Amino acid sequence: MTLAPETTDLKVQLKLEDDWFTVCDLAQLLPGRGVAALLPDGRQVALFRDRGGALYAIDNRDPFCGAAVLSRGLTGTHQGRPFVASPLLKQRFDLETGQCLDDEAVRVATYEVRAS
Amino acid sequence: MTATLGATPTIVLVGHGMVGQRFLEALAERGLTATHRVVVLCEEPRPAYDRVALTSYFSGKTPEDLSMTDMEFIETHGIELYVGDPAETIDREAKKVTARSGQVFEYDTLVLATGSYPFVPPVPNKDAEGCFVYRTIEDLLAIEEYAKTKATTGAVVGGGLLGLEAAGALKGLGVEAHIVEFAPRLMPVQVDDGGGAALLRTIEDMGLSVHTGVGTQEIVVGEDGAVTGMKLSDGSELATDMVVFSAGVRPRDQLARDCGLTVGERGGITVDEQCRTVADPHVFAIGECALASDGRVYGLVAPGYEQAETAAATIAQDEAEFTGADLSTKLKLLGVDVASFGDAHGTAEDCLDVVYSDSRAGLYKKLVIGRDGTLLGGILVGDAEAYGTLKAFTGSVPPVSPESLVLPAGAGAPTQLGPSALPDDAIICSCNNVRKGTIRGAVTEHNCTTVPEVKKCTKAGTTCGSCVKVLGQLVTAELEASGVEVDKGLCGCFSQTREELYEIVLALRINTYQDLLDRYGRDGAKSGDGCEICKPAVGSIIASLAPTIGASGYVLDGEQASLQDSNDHFLANLQKNGSYSVVPRIPGGEITPEGLIVIGEIARDFGLYTKITGGQRIDMFGARVEQLPLIWARLVDAGFESGHAYGKALRTVKSCVGQTWCRYGVQDSVRMAIDLELRYRGLRSPHKLKSAVSGCQRECAEAQSKDFGVIATANGWNLYVGGNGGATPRHADLLAQDLSDAELIRLIDRFLMFYIRTADRLERTSTWLERIPGGLDHVRDVVVEDSLGICEELESLMADHVAHYADEWATTINDPEKLSRFVSFVNAPDTPDPVVGFIPERDQIKPDLPLLSIGMRPAEDVLEGSAQR
Ligand code: SRM
Ligand SMILES: Cc1cc2nc3c(=O)[nH]c(=O)nc-3n(C[C@H](O)[C@H](O)[C@H](O)COP(=O)(O)OP(=O)(O)OC[C@H]3O[C@@H](n4cnc5c(N)ncnc54)[C@H](O)[C@@H]3O)c2cc1C
Ligand code: SF4
Ligand code: FES
Repeated sequence: MTLAPETTDLKVQLKLEDDWFTVCDLAQLLPGRGVAALLPDGRQVALFRDRGGALYAIDNRDPFCGAAVLSRGLTGTHQGRPFVASPLLKQRFDLETGQCLDDEAVRVATYEVRAS
Repeated sequence: MTATLGATPTIVLVGHGMVGQRFLEALAERGLTATHRVVVLCEEPRPAYDRVALTSYFSGKTPEDLSMTDMEFIETHGIELYVGDPAETIDREAKKVTARSGQVFEYDTLVLATGSYPFVPPVPNKDAEGCFVYRTIEDLLAIEEYAKTKATTGAVVGGGLLGLEAAGALKGLGVEAHIVEFAPRLMPVQVDDGGGAALLRTIEDMGLSVHTGVGTQEIVVGEDGAVTGMKLSDGSELATDMVVFSAGVRPRDQLARDCGLTVGERGGITVDEQCRTVADPHVFAIGECALASDGRVYGLVAPGYEQAETAAATIAQDEAEFTGADLSTKLKLLGVDVASFGDAHGTAEDCLDVVYSDSRAGLYKKLVIGRDGTLLGGILVGDAEAYGTLKAFTGSVPPVSPESLVLPAGAGAPTQLGPSALPDDAIICSCNNVRKGTIRGAVTEHNCTTVPEVKKCTKAGTTCGSCVKVLGQLVTAELEASGVEVDKGLCGCFSQTREELYEIVLALRINTYQDLLDRYGRDGAKSGDGCEICKPAVGSIIASLAPTIGASGYVLDGEQASLQDSNDHFLANLQKNGSYSVVPRIPGGEITPEGLIVIGEIARDFGLYTKITGGQRIDMFGARVEQLPLIWARLVDAGFESGHAYGKALRTVKSCVGQTWCRYGVQDSVRMAIDLELRYRGLRSPHKLKSAVSGCQRECAEAQSKDFGVIATANGWNLYVGGNGGATPRHADLLAQDLSDAELIRLIDRFLMFYIRTADRLERTSTWLERIPGGLDHVRDVVVEDSLGICEELESLMADHVAHYADEWATTINDPEKLSRFVSFVNAPDTPDPVVGFIPERDQIKPDLPLLSIGMRPAEDVLEGSAQR
């Protein structure tokens, strides 16, 4: 992945309570592939970047199996909405709302995220 | 039927061949097995089997595979089956049959289905040692035994259908085969002179010697009384170690003659339109022993089946009749398609021929057309693709000109008549007399959606198999017509199948997923992010073709990294708690003590759980993502490579110890397994690929359960394909025999590349082989006979793969940028994932599962929903 020079200094930040928490360089996020971040309170967040450059952040825990692996799933678009499929049992989660697309009763937390 | 009041009426069936068995099924379908006692006298040492497929014994089918008798069927219907106990006499007055064992059965209805016997011309020494006939499994066993131990040359008397099959079998047994035919051409009954010439050309090209227009006068024997040659009518002598008579069959009507039933002048038990003997209303005759009401004895199974149905219906007091049948046949003789249908020889008055002939290519096609344009019949040699449709159009005026139906592709516009053009009453499966309407009904009324379902529902396609192709086309056409949108697209992003995408990628050298999606994706999906189905599928296509299309052969390079399933992305297998397993390649299962020690030390140092896998190698479980590079650095250092346990790629080539150590081994199976594993390692494919090599027929490596399995023979290797363990086990089919090392590898190259090219995503070779039109025969045509002319390309694609293989773990540990991805947290690379924990079990570790559920209860304001478990 070659990145335009002006984007290389950008940082990925998460909104926690009232502050923006800096996670990593934007360049570390490959379109279509996630990374996991550890929050100060021990929670884990999965961060993604899509082909158009949009960023998403959801809880990293797979609510079906308990393992913290959602960041390692494959991403895609379903009816215009971005999603990640868990690498364990392949359930899909909407990246904007955290809603599980394969089980109405399940939702994971989402976070506000930006590059700055 | 007249039965004594109170007693159960008895039906006695004499002869348990193909037609006899069908008769029993017809009885059961009509409920007659419940109301009657049914006794079956079976002469052969085994119950009914598929005589039509007899020759497939020589390509690996066992007598059990050929069986047509489901013992459960016999038992559930209370049928008394006496195997190996023929009927000896019939007393029609007392209505009794006496069997060889001495048992006597009284009958109310007697059905004779005694079939035929092979005709052996009355030449001197016809019974000498080394003379055989070709009719039963026992005949084959005897031929095989003799060919293997005592013969290098064999002669077949008779160049008809069976003679050619027998000659092919001899050739397959490694015997130099001659065919002696009295008529001036091969297959005189089915084809005309033109067809015979095309056939002759191809058969001689295969190395069989054909002598037409000469008769056999005498079998010459040596001092020991065994065959040494035969004298021919032109005065010449042919040296041969064995003779197989295949000069036609005669109805087995002796039993009927002995009890005074009427038989025809040239044999056959005379019956009426209900298949009842003309002499005795209590006796029926069906199959090859019967002389039907049209004055013919039918030597094919389809008319026999119709007779069986007719007799059963008559016994049930339903209306049915058999007045004659079509003699259409389509055969594959020695790999050559031969078909004839309808009035093949143009006996109708005023009829005209349309002929296309190319003897250089071994092609001959003739259609017989009536004055008014009606298609009356025809002969196809060398290419019988159109048989199914043409036969179904017989008796009607086809919607396009007959010429266009026989012209080869490329000459003018060859017309492919879709089966949808056929009328509903067109017979699609002549073996089982199934019409197009019935097949459509199976789809529309019985909800069948696949060919196997339709076969089960209608019986179509279950006998000779020649109609299966048309069957497949009909099922698809019908599904499409009934509004079931058969969207064959790969996923929501692509309307193409995997196979079509492969062709696009290869032809246009498209080497990125985005490019493919933007140019060929569905409208709504273009310039989107794709999905979890097409990304890995396209990633796999790009990986299999990488060197050829100019993509990187390293699956973590650039965009390719984002396409990989998550296991491929971490080059390891994800386990339930988020840890990984590590499987180094151990080619052929052979490993040095040093290798074992290194693996042991690594597992000990990283605290991994170790287990011997079902694939003859060692799996180490419980590695955290950040440990993977460290573990692999040590493995690569010790000479190990990725085992691709995570990839849809070659897994293992299992081996047995083989000739080197084993007292039975006939080839070096370990060396071959290692060679194959090293050749195909890293090859990405639609699904995983497994293989095995056994050193002899005892098959300790279980090669017949593999995608491609190899079994050593005294002369080389037999190659089996399409085997599968797993959820739906399938025995592999024999693709080719007695191959040299080089031939074996060349054939596997072609087979694998053809599979990779045409299979669906996640379709193992077993399901692929069952699905693709034409099945194994088609695959054999393509990869062995090169019928599509693509073998050179297939081989060169594989050569590219082999030349560019590189171990992806070695590449990865030398690439700091890639290594930086192997962390639990991007913002805390040194912190391990706290949810990954282990507890002890049997002196090793296992995942700490409670830890996973503890992790499931974080602060409530953060996790808005979670699964109830
Ligand atoms: C480790 C192993 C079991 C063991 O402890 O022995 C194993 C483990 C898994 N098998 Fe297997 N299979 C293992 C040998 C087999 C065998 C035996 C063989 O290869 O001789 C079979 C039957 C043979 C066959 O495939 O035809 C087998 C048939 C399957 C199937 C069913 C495939 C099918 O066509 O029906 C699956 C599921 C799938 O692929 O969709 C599967 C899937 C899996 C997965 C990938 C399931 C998963 O998603 O986690 C397991 C991953 C293992 C890992 O994390 O490393 N495994 N699996 C064996 C690894 C062999 C190796 O050295 O690579
Ligand atoms: C190698 C080969 C290839 C063929 N290929 C084709 C093909 O492609 N297409 C096609 O349509 N046809 C083909 N045929 C012909 C087909 O096999 C026969 O038409 C069919 O088997 C006839 O069935 P049947 O039940 O009448 O006779 P059979 O299947 O011969 O069965 C008769 C049975 O009766 C038994 N029997 C005889 N006398 C007695 C007795 N007194 N008591 C008890 N049992 C007795 C016999 O042992 C035999 O088992 C082929 C035949 C052979 C040998
Ligand atoms: S398959 Fe044959 S050669 Fe191999 S171990 Fe078994 S018996 Fe020996
Ligand atoms: S035509 Fe023989 S099985 Fe259908």
